Amino acid sequence: MSEKKSLGGVLLNGIVNENPTFRLVLGTCPTLAVTSSALNGLGMGAAATFVLVCSNVAISMLRKFIPDQVRIPAFIVVICTFVTMVQLLMQAFVPSLYESLGMFIPLIVVNCIILARAEAFASKNSPLPSAFDGLGMGLGFTLALTLMGSIRELIGNGSVFGVNILGASYQPMLLIVLASGGFLTFGLLLGTFNLIVKKIEKKKAAKEVQAA
Amino acid sequence: MSLRISTAPHAHSPVTTQRLMLYVLIALLPAAAAGIYAFGFSALLTLCIACVSSVCAEFIWQKIAKQEVRVGDLSALVTGLILGLNLPATAPWWMVVIGSFFAIMIVKQLFGGLGDNFLNPALAARAVLLASWPVHMTNYVTPTFFQAGVDAVSTATPLATKGASLMELFLGQIPGTIGEVSKAAILVGFLFLLVTGTVNWRIPVIMVGSVFCFSWLLGGSVDGALMAILSGGVMFGAVFMATDYVTSPITPFAQVVYAFLAGLIVVVIRQFGSYPEGVTFGILLMNIVTPLLDRFLPRKIYGYQKEAKKA
Repeated sequence: MSEKKSLGGVLLNGIVNENPTFRLVLGTCPTLAVTSSALNGLGMGAAATFVLVCSNVAISMLRKFIPDQVRIPAFIVVICTFVTMVQLLMQAFVPSLYESLGMFIPLIVVNCIILARAEAFASKNSPLPSAFDGLGMGLGFTLALTLMGSIRELIGNGSVFGVNILGASYQPMLLIVLASGGFLTFGLLLGTFNLIVKKIEKKKAAKEVQAA
Repeated sequence: MSLRISTAPHAHSPVTTQRLMLYVLIALLPAAAAGIYAFGFSALLTLCIACVSSVCAEFIWQKIAKQEVRVGDLSALVTGLILGLNLPATAPWWMVVIGSFFAIMIVKQLFGGLGDNFLNPALAARAVLLASWPVHMTNYVTPTFFQAGVDAVSTATPLATKGASLMELFLGQIPGTIGEVSKAAILVGFLFLLVTGTVNWRIPVIMVGSVFCFSWLLGGSVDGALMAILSGGVMFGAVFMATDYVTSPITPFAQVVYAFLAGLIVVVIRQFGSYPEGVTFGILLMNIVTPLLDRFLPRKIYGYQKEAKKA
């Protein structure tokens, strides 16, 4: 791999190779807590994506002014600013989602995905790639949360995004929307995702061997 | 003359996994028969669905994972039968199938198959079903003994109503899950397991004793304590599920601690918890700490002598 990745590569990296939920296993607390329905998962993902993109850009622009010794507090202050904005915006425009996510919106501040990207990417790269990195990571997180939320809502409630799919005779499996169901779903999805990625990598390696 | 070259050990014990599982199956038969006698055709159907779907789940998994198919070791059949005996006779068929697949695929095979599962598969599946469909799982019916006229009379477990004589509890004329109702049949199975040396007396006896003692201490009467060990799934759990080789401790002292604490948890959940029955969770919680018990409790080390105390 070359030193400078293409912007598209940076974006894809966040969704597949370094998917924050399934590959890096970061931000598991909101992952387990808010994915009891697809809408909650999507809302949480969107809020985190917004914060991730904005904080990545801001920190990337400020990277030369922030002294190394106090970089963590400085990052946190930047992240806090955007989280507060998201919180106020959600409270104003989507109050029902704000209600159901509750405590987990202010907790985005301490979401390790955001701090990790600030530390690992934004503080070393220029604003444009940082924005794409934030977007890729955010999309990866959103996709993972929405997928998990959909599966849990489907099994535990018979619906996806509030639309009843399995019909009235379906007897929902309550466990899946409870906390223990969250752990179960997360573990199974984590395993499946890694199995698929590994298979793809094996195929790629086999092709390279053939080509060489 | 053909010579076979093989590595040690050259002498094999005739006790194979298959043989042990067969003994457990035979020991379960009286309880199954008593359940079928008490609850009729629906109990037989539930047991059959549980057994068939467990074996299917094991077969399908081993085919998909490209493993050697080892359905013949009977362990899946034992899991299925125990799960079936842990369900009320009225359990809908799809719930039984989901329970079997969960037990075999998620609890057993995902953790590495027979010998590597850290929870008893049948019990874990029962806990999942209980949390998922509490209404179906507690839909107990009074035994009909094949009487004509009525199909079933639904009632609560005696743990909730406290209205059965000790003799009725012992013989199984009470509502409950298929396997747990007749204590007499369970004891017959236990004796068989003891005689064949399949299980050790420690875990079952100490667990039931512990439930008896703590119920006596907390309830204050011997009658109440007798009720406590004869009702619900204490006996069935202690004999057939707490003794699972894979998920119970190996050293004798650890077994004693394991059984004692399992009994304590059962009584605590029954007396103070929101569920009327705590055997499932009592045994599952002790399953989880089993490796710790084996590792950290004092044990005898082979070939090691204690240093004499200095005077």
